Parts: sequence; structure tokens; C-alpha cells
Amino acid sequence: MTSPHPPGPTGDLLLPAADTDAPPQAPPASLSRDAWQQLRARPVVWACLAVIALIGLTAAAPGLFTALFTDDDGRCELARSKLGPTTGHPFGYDLQGCDYLAQVVRGSRPSLLAGVAVTAGALLVSVVLGLLAGFYGGWVDSLLSRATEVAFGLPFVLGATVILVAFPRHGLGAMTLVLVALGWSTMTRVMRSQVIAVKDADYVRAARMTGARPSRLMLRHVLPNAVTPVVVVAMLNVGNVISGEATLDFLGVGLQYPAVSWGLQLNTAQSYFLDHPHLLAFPALFLSATVLSFILLGDAVRDAYDPKLR
Amino acid sequence: MGRFVVRRLLHAIPVLLATTFLIYALVFVLPGDPIQGLAGDRPVPPSVLAELHRRYHLDDPLVVQYAKYLGGLFTGDFGTTFRGQPVGDVIAQRWQVTVRLGLTAWFFEVVLGIALGVWAGLRKGRWADHLILGATTVVIAVPVYIVGYLAQLVLGVRLGWFPVSGGEAGWPAAYVLPGLVLASFGLAYVARLTRASLVENLRADYVRTADAKGLSRLRVVIGHTLRNSLIPVVTFLGVELGSLMAGAIVTEYIFNLPGIGQQVFQSIQLREGPTVVGITTALVLVFVLANLAVDLLYGLLDPRIRHD
Repeated sequence: MTSPHPPGPTGDLLLPAADTDAPPQAPPASLSRDAWQQLRARPVVWACLAVIALIGLTAAAPGLFTALFTDDDGRCELARSKLGPTTGHPFGYDLQGCDYLAQVVRGSRPSLLAGVAVTAGALLVSVVLGLLAGFYGGWVDSLLSRATEVAFGLPFVLGATVILVAFPRHGLGAMTLVLVALGWSTMTRVMRSQVIAVKDADYVRAARMTGARPSRLMLRHVLPNAVTPVVVVAMLNVGNVISGEATLDFLGVGLQYPAVSWGLQLNTAQSYFLDHPHLLAFPALFLSATVLSFILLGDAVRDAYDPKLR
Repeated sequence: MGRFVVRRLLHAIPVLLATTFLIYALVFVLPGDPIQGLAGDRPVPPSVLAELHRRYHLDDPLVVQYAKYLGGLFTGDFGTTFRGQPVGDVIAQRWQVTVRLGLTAWFFEVVLGIALGVWAGLRKGRWADHLILGATTVVIAVPVYIVGYLAQLVLGVRLGWFPVSGGEAGWPAAYVLPGLVLASFGLAYVARLTRASLVENLRADYVRTADAKGLSRLRVVIGHTLRNSLIPVVTFLGVELGSLMAGAIVTEYIFNLPGIGQQVFQSIQLREGPTVVGITTALVLVFVLANLAVDLLYGLLDPRIRHD
């Protein structure tokens, strides 16, 4: 998220404007600028961004964290299996006797990748389908609405389990597709209703009267005015996707060993957590903090974009 | 109203057909021969294999298999598992556990969720409100199986208040802990929804009127404000009733409860098409009917909404 230039002092005539096309008064209060002003003032937003940035950094450069915080040399010794935290190895060891901090740090990558990729994919699908259904109406709308109902009626864990067991040699890419396939319905409904609300607006009629083709109407006039709520819902959804991916790993139908992910670590922990609670605690802590940050951030963004909630 | 019900039910038919076909097709493309899978490493005599394939229609094309399955479904025959047990019996037997678990969880959501929400709403901005808001956010964010493990560890093992897993202790002892865990997400959501709705309605003119004409605080809150505040909560609770049954897979897995979710999970691994599709059909049916009930209830609660 880039920071827009702060509202400069108005009526400052002593200094000549550096760029000539900058407006002389404060920038116009658009919805996004207004929302950003709101978000910027809330400490919880910054806390969430900090956690997400930290987790993002562990996903991008896990070596940095393993070098800084643990004496891990990359070797696993079964003799050290499930040992608790010690100095030099603050998270203890996992079942194979590997340094647990290194494992937990490496586990962040699939979660974040899935969260971002699934949300982007589902957003794309729902924007396209919602635009088509809302704009054209008629049989296109009926067909897409029925399809949405089918996807909506399919329970998440059940549907995902059946699909993933049907294709046993799946990696993160296939899991992303499955999560997109099960996750587009709600956003499509939001997009469709937004498009229906916007498509009869005066500016769309005016554009239509000047001879704009349907594709231009949809992309230039309807889309920019209908897309914001869907993006907000998508942001709220990132945390749920990460949680869902970890749930499937945990149930043993998602990623498979030797992949490293928080869900798989929790899957291992379930047999040993009564005697070795550190196996449960650390991946659970990281997973929960990540999901919590995304959910709180999504909440804040929704509040900022919905003036009724203020 | 009658036409609305009929239209909604008609809408549900293609959804049910498509969902079951989707699941059936996915089970159908699962790799390997399921009969051979049952026998393990031992070779199955070709004649036995052929006879079993014939009996379970395994050699027919997918569409024909599905049509035969549907035909059976309409006559109340859910098919038989590969062990020869009628799927209907399996569902009936497992269903009790899931329904008990789902209703226990739903009870917690209704009672605790609304109570916490009202408490927070009436104490808006004070420490009780902040505590409930913070706690519910954390509960929503923490995945349900982690909540389950913590509950097992603390309430089950360390404190010994509840049985840790299994269903032998019967209702309610064996179901309180899993019910709370299954309810945790919805409970937090109900509390937040109730609070937000109550806070908004407490500012309404009709509440000020009720206050001004000297009604007791209790009557203003319960008789006037809460009635209107519960509309979105009822919607959520109705949908929740359906999704609790389907969402019980993870909870049943953690607490080793022999419910429908555990059964469907096992059947998927065993590739028992008829069982998986039968249970999915039942779950989707519950989900669709719960949504329909919510839509109808909505009209009763809020007279401004009319179905015609």
C-alpha cells in the first residue's frame, strides 16, 4: 500500500508548485482517499500490517530468520525428537528432530501463497461472472445464478476433501484451484448485485446513447463503479482462505509430506500435543496471528469503505 | 407466500441434482478399483470381480450409473455400501450423533451468543464490551481445531471436567465440549452481530419514545429493541443450523465422535461412492431447507419484507 501525498498546506503562495498540474487546493476527497485517511489513524491497522509484513518476510526469506534466531545447521537428529525449547533452539525440535523454529518459519510460505493466490483467483472469477450476470441478465444471469447456488450449497470441507482425494498427486497449485472453485460464489453474488445497482445509472445510459459497445460500457463505466465492495469482501476473505488451506493440510487431504506447512505441523502435533505442547503451540500461534491480522485488516477496510458503519 | 415457497423449492431441485452429480462424478474419477481396494493385496477372482462390478453398476458409464442411482433415490433407496449395508441405515445411525452435536452447538450459539452480544451492547465502550469484542475476534480468527485441542488439553485433560473424546458417555456429557468447540466460531459471530445490531437500534427514535414514556429499562431493551435487533441474528442462526451439520467433520474428527462427518471422511478414503453421495445429498438438503426457512422467517419477523 503506497501512501498518497499528505494534504499539503492550502493557499501556500510563497513556494511555486513543483509540478504544474498539481491542483492548488487540497486533493479532492474521493472515497479511497477518505478511507485511507480513516485507516491511517487506527493503530490496529498498523499492527496488522506489521504482522503481515513480518510473516511475508518469513515467507520470502526464511533463511534470514533461521540465521538470526536459532543455531539451526539444517541437520535433523532423531535423538532430539520432540525435545522442548532450549537456548539456541527457542522453539525446540519437531518429530524428526529438526529445529522447530526453522520448520515453522518455512511453513509460512504455502499459507501466504494460498491466501493471496486463491483470493486473486476468486476475485477475478467473481468479477467476470458477476459482471456478465448482472449486465446481461436474462438466461446468462439465470445460468450463472444457478451455478453460484451449487457452489454455495457445497459444504467447504466436504467438497474440498472429495476433490482433493480424487486427484491424489496435487501440489499447492491444484489446491489453489480447488479453493478458488469453492470460494467464488459469495463474491460473485456481491458483484452481481452491485452491477445491477449500477447498470441503469444515468452515466451508463448516457454512454450507451452515445453508441458505446457493451464491452466498453462494462469495462469503463460499470466495472470501476461496482468493484469496490467485492474487493473489500475479498480482503476479508484472505484470512479465511489461509485458515481453510491449513484445515485441509491438517485433515491430511491437503499438502502432503515432505511439504512444510503449518497445517501439516498441526497434523503431526495432534498425536503428541498432550506431552509436547510446544509442537502445537508454535504453528498454532503463527497461523492464528496471520489469520487474525488479515481478518482485522479486512474489517478495518470494510468499516472505512462503508460510511453507514461509522 | 405459497408461490414463493414453491418457487424456492423448484430452485432447490437443480441445485441438488448438480451438487450430487458433481460429487458422484468426482468419486467416479477416483483412481483404482474400489472392489480390489477392499480386498487389499490379495487378488480377487475375475468372476467375483465381474459379479460385484455388475451388482454395483461399476462398468456402466458415469451418466448411466448416476441415473440408476437417482432412480433408486426416488424410491427411497440410497444404495448399499460395498460391505452390503444399506446406505440409508448407515446415514440413519450416524445422523443421530451429528444432529445431537449440531443442536448442542446451536443451543450454545443461541443462548451464549445472544447473551454475550446483549451484554456487550448495553455496556458499549466499557471494559465488558471491549473484552467481549476482543475475545470474539480472537475466537473467529483461531482455526476450530486449535480451539478443539486447547479445550481438550485444558478442560478435558488438565481440569478433567469433560470426557476428552469419544461418544460413550452419551448426551450431554460427551457432547458439551465438542458442542462448544463447534459453536465457537458461530457463537463469536452471533455475539458481534447482536451487539452491533443492538447498539444501532438503541439510538432509534422508537427506543427514545419508549424511554420517554417511562417504560422500565428491561421492557425497553427486551420488548422493543431486542425484537428488532434479532432479525439479522435469526438469519445467521438459520443458515448456521445447516452449516453446523456439514461443518461438524472437523469437530467429529478431533473428538472421535462417530457422526456423519466422520463417516463421510472414511467413505471418501474408501471410495464408497453411494455413501459419499448419499450423505452429501442429505447435508445439502438440510442446508437448502434451512436457507428456505430463514427466508420465510424473515418475512414474519420484519413485516416490511413481503414475498409475492
